[in-house]
Order: sequence, then C-alpha cells, then structure tokens
Amino acid sequence: MAGFAQVGVLVLALALIYRPFGGYLAKVYSSPKHTRLERGLYRLFRLDPDAEQRWTGYAVGVLGFSAVSIVFLYALQRLQAVLPLDFDRGAVPPAMAFNTAVSFVTNTNWQSYSGEQALGHTVQLAGLTVQNFASAAVGIAVAIVLLRGFTRASADRLGNFWVDLTRGVLRVLLPISAVFAVLLVSLGVVQSLAAGVDVTNVDGSTSSIALAPAASQEVIKELGTNGGGIFNANSAHPFENPNGWTNLIETFLLLAIPVSLTRTAGLLLGSKKHGYVLLSVMATLWAGLLAITWWAETHTGGAASALAGANMEGKEVRFGIPASALWAASTTGTSTGAVNAMHDSFSGLGGGGALLGMLLGEVAPGGVGSGLYGLLILAIIAMFLAGLMVGRTPEYLGKKLGKREVTCATFAVLAMPTVVLLGTGIAMLVPGTRDALTNNGPHGLAEVLYAYTSAGNNNGSAFAGLTVTSDWFQASLGMAMLLGRFIPIIAVLCLAGSLAAQRRVPETAGTLPVTGPLFASLLTGTVVLVAALTFLPALSLGPIAEALA
Amino acid sequence: MLRGVLAQCATAVRVLLVLTVLTGLVYPLGVWAVARLPGLQDKAEGSVIERDGRPVGSALIGIDPVAKDPKRDPWFHTRPSASADGPLGPADPRVSGGSNAGTSNPELLTDVRARRAAIAERESVPAARVPADAVTASASGLDPHISPAYAALQVPRVARATGLPAAQVGQLVAEHTSGRALGMLGEPVVHVLELNLDVRRLAPAGAS
Repeated sequence: MAGFAQVGVLVLALALIYRPFGGYLAKVYSSPKHTRLERGLYRLFRLDPDAEQRWTGYAVGVLGFSAVSIVFLYALQRLQAVLPLDFDRGAVPPAMAFNTAVSFVTNTNWQSYSGEQALGHTVQLAGLTVQNFASAAVGIAVAIVLLRGFTRASADRLGNFWVDLTRGVLRVLLPISAVFAVLLVSLGVVQSLAAGVDVTNVDGSTSSIALAPAASQEVIKELGTNGGGIFNANSAHPFENPNGWTNLIETFLLLAIPVSLTRTAGLLLGSKKHGYVLLSVMATLWAGLLAITWWAETHTGGAASALAGANMEGKEVRFGIPASALWAASTTGTSTGAVNAMHDSFSGLGGGGALLGMLLGEVAPGGVGSGLYGLLILAIIAMFLAGLMVGRTPEYLGKKLGKREVTCATFAVLAMPTVVLLGTGIAMLVPGTRDALTNNGPHGLAEVLYAYTSAGNNNGSAFAGLTVTSDWFQASLGMAMLLGRFIPIIAVLCLAGSLAAQRRVPETAGTLPVTGPLFASLLTGTVVLVAALTFLPALSLGPIAEALA
Repeated sequence: MLRGVLAQCATAVRVLLVLTVLTGLVYPLGVWAVARLPGLQDKAEGSVIERDGRPVGSALIGIDPVAKDPKRDPWFHTRPSASADGPLGPADPRVSGGSNAGTSNPELLTDVRARRAAIAERESVPAARVPADAVTASASGLDPHISPAYAALQVPRVARATGLPAAQVGQLVAEHTSGRALGMLGEPVVHVLELNLDVRRLAPAGAS
C-alpha cells in the first residue's frame, strides 16, 4: 500500500510542475532576449548570439564542443597526480581515462572506475560535474532544434548552438541544481572537501569513512539524466541518498525534465494536445516497465532469494523492494543510469525489465532531450508505416516525410541496435570475456548484453558484476557510447534541417490526426514492435531464459 | 568550411573553460560554502556521531561490530556486506558496492545458507525465523539500517549478554526505529550504530 502511495506522490509532484516548468523551458529556448550575464559571456566567447546556424553549422558546434570536452576531460584524469585534492589516487590509466571521458561527455556516465578510490575531488568537480551540466544541455538543445525544424518553414537557420547551450546551463540546470543541492544537504547528503573521517567504532576498532562533495553532483546527475555517482555504490550509498525523502526527490529530479519537455514540445509545436499524446505514450511505457520490475522483484527470483525469503540482495533496507523497483524503472526509462539498488542482483525478469527500459530506445520517458527527439523519430517511423498501409505520402506535424526524412529517422533508430547487438556478439567471442563475468549461464550473457545496451543507449547503469577494466571493454564500450550518442544526434540535426527547408503542407481530410488515442496507440505499438523485433532473440537467451529456468 | 570548423572549436574551448569555472568550481564550492551554516555542516561532513569528543562513526554508515567473546556477543549486527571477508564479517567503509550476484548464483546460495545457519546459531532460533535482510548483502555494503524484524530477533541475545532486561533492550530498539517518511516513503528501519551506542552506555561492563 505504502509503495503505491509513494508512486502516487511522485506522479503528483510531476503533474504539478508539468505545465509551469514545460512552459518555462519553451520560453527559455524561444525568447529573443539575452540576460546581461549572457551578453557578457557571449562577448567572452567572441560570438554574435543573434547569428543563427544552418543544421551543418549547428552539428559542427555540437561535435566540436564534445570533442574538445573529451580531450579536456581525458587530460584532466591523466594529470590527476599533480592536481589538488587527489588524495594520492594518482593518474587514471589511459584506457580508463578515455572510457570515462567519453562516458561523461555523451551523457552516459558508465563507470569503469570505483568512485571513491580512483578519482579525487578536483577531477570530480572541474571535470565530471561540468560534463553533467554540459551533456545535459546539449541533449535538450538537439531536441529543441528538431522542434524548430517542424515549426519553421522554408528556412535554413535553426538557432545558435552556443546560445542554446548557455541558456540550458544558466537558466535551467544551474539554478535548479543550486537549490536542490542545499536541500539535499539539509536531508543528510554529504558535501565535503575532506578525503574522509577516521572513527573509533563501538567495538574499539578503527575505520576510515570516505567523504566527497556529493550533493552538488547528486542533483545534476539526476536532473541531467547523467547518473555517474561520486561513490561507487551510486545512489545506493547512504551519503548520496540517505532516506525516503532524498530518494523521492532524486527520483523526481531524474524524471522532471524528460517529462516536462513534452509540454515544451506541445507549446512550441502549437498543439498542446500533441504534447499530451507524447506524454501518454511515455507514461504508458514507464508504467509497464515499473509493473514488470516491481512484480518480478516481489514474486520471482532464483534459489538464493527463495532461501533468503525476499529479493533483498543488493538492496538497501531503507528503500526496500517498491522504492528500488520504482527507481530502476525510472533510471533505465530515462537514460539516467544512477542506481539505488544493484540491478545485477535483481531477479531474471526484474533485471530484464530494467534492460527492456533501455532497449525501447530510451523513450520512457528518455534522457533530457534525447527522450523527446527519440520519440519524435519513432513517431516519424510510425507515420511512415501508416503511410505504407494506406499508400499515401506520410505527413507529420505539417511536414511531408519524404525519402530524406525517413532515411535520417532510420539512421537514428538503427544506430543503437547495431551497436548493442554487434558489440555484445563480438564481446562474447573475445577471449577473456567469460572470466570477466560474476554470474554464469543466461545471467552471464545478460551482464554483457546489459553493458552494451547501457553504453549504446547512453544510460550508464550496469549489471556491475561484469569486470569492464580490460582494454577491450574500455575501448569497445567507449566506441559504443560515441556511436550511440552522435549518430542519432547528427541524424536528428540533418532531419531538422530538411524539415525546416520544407513549406508547410495544409492539413486535409486525409491527414492522420496526431492528437488522439489512435496515434498514441500507433506510436506505442511502433516503439514496442521495433524493440521486440530487434531484441527478442537476445532477450530470450538472457533474461527470459533465466526467468524460465 | 575548415575555417568554420576551427572557429567553432576555438569557441568550444572558450565555452568549456567558462562552464568549468561556473559549474565545476563556483557551483560546487558555493554549495560547500552554504553547507558550512550551522545545522547543515554536520550533515555535509557525514553526520558523524561523537562520544566524549571522539568520532565513533557516522549515523549513515553501517559497520558491523565484532564481539570480543563470540559466546557473549553484546552487539546488534548490521547486514552482511560484499566488501567483508567472510559471509558475516565487518565491511570496509573505504569502498562501497554490492556483490552483484544474481538471484540464482550458486555462490550467493552458499553465502545465504552459511549466513542463515550462523545467525540462527548466534541468536539460538530456528533458521526459518531469520529475516531476508539479515542474510543478503546490501547495495552499498554500508547499509546503516536493519529491518525491525532483524532487530527483534537480536533483542534476547543482547539482553542476555549485557545483563539488561529484555524489555529495556526492546525499548531501545523502539527508540531507534524510524517509520516511513509521511507514512509511505521507503521502509521502516532500525539505526544500528545509535542502538549499539545506547547499549554500550547502559551496560558498559557487558559491552566490552
């Protein structure tokens, strides 16, 4: 009962912010005015904020910024030994530094390092926290550009990347983070610059407890759907997530932007109803994932959990099963990847639910920005399929979906499955992979499948029993993150350019309405069908086989 | 074309440097500075509990105490930890994390079986009465809490070992039990360290 009430409070909180926050986001990205601080910064950046870019220029901005960020973050880790507050944790090895740099710049936050052991406070703050903000702002910016592609007609300009990036950080992410970070500290989340504290335990023995500036990173890692914990145990660590309140707030933060962006889309597209339809699709998928994971964690499991009496391995007592399942569905549905329980120790079906959240293409409701553009891309695929059925050139939101649009959408949709299935397949053939597994049999395959799914979807959560520190895993998972992030982004920007160049086509009696349950069902069906057709064989060998065993 | 790319990369460097200052230094250090306020500082520095001016642990970190004489064990015990050496050993609080063993992992089955047997013997109860959180490793390896059921299981033994009346020990457990926030968030928990500190205060001779 309390578990259901907990979900109810979360949904209520999201409903309360939906209209004001979605409206605010729409204003941020459409207002022609710059604040004084922003004007000062643009002078510092030496750019004209009112000069808009073509889709190609915008893409160069995104890729250039990401490339520079990866180089900077790599260098910072390699130089850790000479940076302050490193606590003798030393330089990060090259392969791990590459993987981590790519991971945080792509909004994945896959972690092949152990937080409190590998990284000091300087790399955490000046490196990782910065990319938590920047990669989130990039994701939102790309989604906004796609919306502009639909709303603009006969245009070749789509906005200025640097302005969108700056506004996302200054007007959205930073102020919210500052307020919630202090709130989290007041509830017990640590914000310390010390390495740790030495204590004398009740039994007379001594221990050293690790500390870190966690609150400032905790907020943005959820709000920006990043997910990289400052501690190894992530949001299961009592210093990151000490009680029921912080758990509710953190779950709320990781859903806030992806959910509210559908309102932003409704407003900018001039059809609030379409925004609600997009939201209903996301909410249906999320509720489905939650139901699977929650039911599976309560009712299914293997011999070990049956003997123990409940699936409490890898879960914290203060969260129990309901709050762990709620978090798992939300973190995999949003591409956050932070965890408050260890997904590797979930039952076959429960872990399969978390895996499915990612395999749906991160649209339930998906990462900041990436969830919205992911769903719009699948909507284009859905309209294309509907067009094939009735033998008519498909239209969506007043634009024709011709060869170029459908090609771009196809690239965006196929990038992730290609990376996931090829990566998993090759990894299973690489000598040494079997030694890297904690679990054998179907669950072992699931560990590898989960890793490439998490990387290819820029999620970042893990079946952490897989040891991923070999050069092979560091390099291949790093590549999976890069391809899984930037192929869709380039395809989306190209699509936006092509949509904006078109004239608007008037709605006729033959236009499929996009504001009713028919379209919502068509879109939901497409999301499920694409994922099912692509991944059913892989899922059968992993989680499904384990659940049936 | 190339000039455009280079120009944007130069902009990227400038933007990244400014963002690093704003979001990587000003923001976290600003939060740190605000967290120095009275009422926030103790929490920001790890909710450390002091006795006689000495830090004795964090209210948020569970470290399992070890009894000098296992036959007269006066402590309430935390959950198992994946960072411990044996199935029931104390955790290493410098690292956090879970076992990542799946629910049908044979090694986990062995561990659960060993923990059930060891706890049933320690508490002199049938194995069937040992609750799930007592025989499973937490996600963090540092879970500061146990379920009210696991605490209740340990009350008679703690009372025996310390010489305190069982009713009084049960009263202590009740004092250190928190319900769900708002009656619905999370699960009811018992704070192990705070409980053990009270046991030591009331029975200094027994708890040694």
